[in-house]
Amino acid sequence: MLWACVLLPRLALDGVLRRRPPSDEPLVLVSGPAQARVVHAANAPARAAGLYRGQRLVAAQALLSQFVMVEHDPGDEAGWHRLLAAWAYRYSAEVGLFAHAVVLEVSRSLNLFGPWPRFESLLRDDLQGLGFRHRIALAPTPHAAYVLAGVRDGMAVMTPDALRRALSPVPLAQARLPPEATQALSSMGVRTLGQLLALPRAGLQRRFDGELVAWLGRLVGDEPTPMESYRPPDSFEQRMEWTHEIEHVEALVFPLRRLTGDLAAYLAGRDGGVQRFELELEHRSGAPTRVAVGMLTAGRDATLLFDCARGRLERLALGQPVVAMRLVARELPPFVPAGRDLFDTRPTHAVPLEQLRERLRARLGEASIQHLRRTVDPRPERSQTSAPGASPARTALLPRPTWLLDVPRPWRGPSPDILAGPERIESGWWDGGDLRRDYYVVRTAQGQRAWMYCAPGEQGNWMLHGWFA
Amino acid sequence: MGQVVALDALLHARQVWHGRAAPVPDSHQPTGWAALDAALPAGGWPEHAMTEILLPADGVGELQLVLPTLARLTRESRSVMVIAPPYVPCVAGWEARGVVMSQVDIVQAGERDVLWAAEQCLRSGSCAAVLAWPTQADDRALRRLQVAADTGKALAFVFRDRRHAMQASPAALRLELESEPGLQVRIRKCRGGNPPAGTVPLVAGWS
Repeated sequence: MLWACVLLPRLALDGVLRRRPPSDEPLVLVSGPAQARVVHAANAPARAAGLYRGQRLVAAQALLSQFVMVEHDPGDEAGWHRLLAAWAYRYSAEVGLFAHAVVLEVSRSLNLFGPWPRFESLLRDDLQGLGFRHRIALAPTPHAAYVLAGVRDGMAVMTPDALRRALSPVPLAQARLPPEATQALSSMGVRTLGQLLALPRAGLQRRFDGELVAWLGRLVGDEPTPMESYRPPDSFEQRMEWTHEIEHVEALVFPLRRLTGDLAAYLAGRDGGVQRFELELEHRSGAPTRVAVGMLTAGRDATLLFDCARGRLERLALGQPVVAMRLVARELPPFVPAGRDLFDTRPTHAVPLEQLRERLRARLGEASIQHLRRTVDPRPERSQTSAPGASPARTALLPRPTWLLDVPRPWRGPSPDILAGPERIESGWWDGGDLRRDYYVVRTAQGQRAWMYCAPGEQGNWMLHGWFA
Repeated sequence: MGQVVALDALLHARQVWHGRAAPVPDSHQPTGWAALDAALPAGGWPEHAMTEILLPADGVGELQLVLPTLARLTRESRSVMVIAPPYVPCVAGWEARGVVMSQVDIVQAGERDVLWAAEQCLRSGSCAAVLAWPTQADDRALRRLQVAADTGKALAFVFRDRRHAMQASPAALRLELESEPGLQVRIRKCRGGNPPAGTVPLVAGWS
């Protein structure tokens, strides 16, 4: 067994930063009761100005006059944590959640994703794209990986012997021991994990309760680690909130890209797709604006999801400013990737036809793309439909135009020359759409060939119904 | 100055270089009209480029011109996009001319979206031909379509009114349809050669 640990040292801060466009202004998360506000986390420009975690807010304000303050929300942080677990589920079936960290069993994943250095860079690229700072370590047990990730980024230990050597110099303060044990051990003169591991277990068992010994056993791999495996939920829901109000749809594009990117990462982990999802734009007051985004087939490509959602969003007129946006996807059908022919002659950068149709539908409206087919009805108005179904077999070859007018209109020009006809169409007595017409192929004075009809037996009062274009 | 020098002598002395037109690659997209193919320098539609078709009025035979090509493409299971047609395509009429209608997407687009939709379809590279009826198109918009057709390796057909004939156009081929005395095509501009004088008659069938 090999476990990778992805430690997320700034989870809460990254969760806040990633929903804003990149900028250099100092930003802090604040927490604590109203009288004793403290800095929970500070971004790099704020830290450069001397702000640090645990500082009183009053002191921070004395150091720096202008900075953005965001209330720390533990629920939000837990949400990001779960999202990253869903992302990690893509790489391993066994994913566990530790405080500020995600551990995943990778010994079998290495067969698929290549040797560890390549796999590690895959993980790092993904996390970079999602916008989370991270430290990664690899060890034979999850606890050891967790400890090593805290000590040094990028450490990889494959064997139990090497693990003991790697753990020995780790100071107890960084060993993530049960808190009361850390206190007692340092007063005993034990400074590093190596010293602790060298002590006889029986003595430790007597002096401390069984918890510390069990913890040591799990750390070096003498005992298996009981762990609740993460299972991704069956629906996706994510919310982004801002401290300011957004009045223009354009300003929603950046957070939208994040949301659809997260959805794509989640779907990739689950090996699922999404066919329709909903965007909820929350306002200061009143009901939220809901934007339904639907696609023809299930997809999970981040660009496709973003394109579709953006197309729908751009057609929206915002009545009120937006304070939060939520993306909800309840139905997650299985994803079937489109196959491409080996001998496909299309250019390599081609957009698949389905994706093109999505893009057109997103901007032009749901009903903007039609496929026409014939029906069995002989009446020209009902002889074709855009409803799905199969075309009936071809019947007699009578002259039919290539353009059809939606509604026949009276012919105003000089009387046309008759080229062929009449063809009488008389039908529809059963459904109220009764018609009796004599159709002729005619030539107009301008040289156009037209399909016109008049009342049976007459040759005047021409009605234009189509063009032989 | 004033001296008369025989051109032959200059050419012979290599003082004047005799340019030659770049050879036009043979087109793999015959129009389906033998007389028109013979008149065009490439022997067919210019590939991966835009063809502009100028009309005196609707319904003079503009579809006759392209339907053989559409029939050939759709029978090869390739996709054709019809963007903002002025009338409804009549399925029976198109099928009678060999077009497989399940391969034809009809896109309804507003005046302002026609060019955008055409560009998207051309650029995508998954359509074999795109037919568009823009009402407002300037030189820049048409140039975008020409570039998109080249990027997506598709045939673009743009149908416009004859009054635009005076404007310059970036299209690789410009055809003007005339309905008097019979249906005929005048080649206004073609890439790879001087436009032939006179007109090419098309046999206009209506059945």
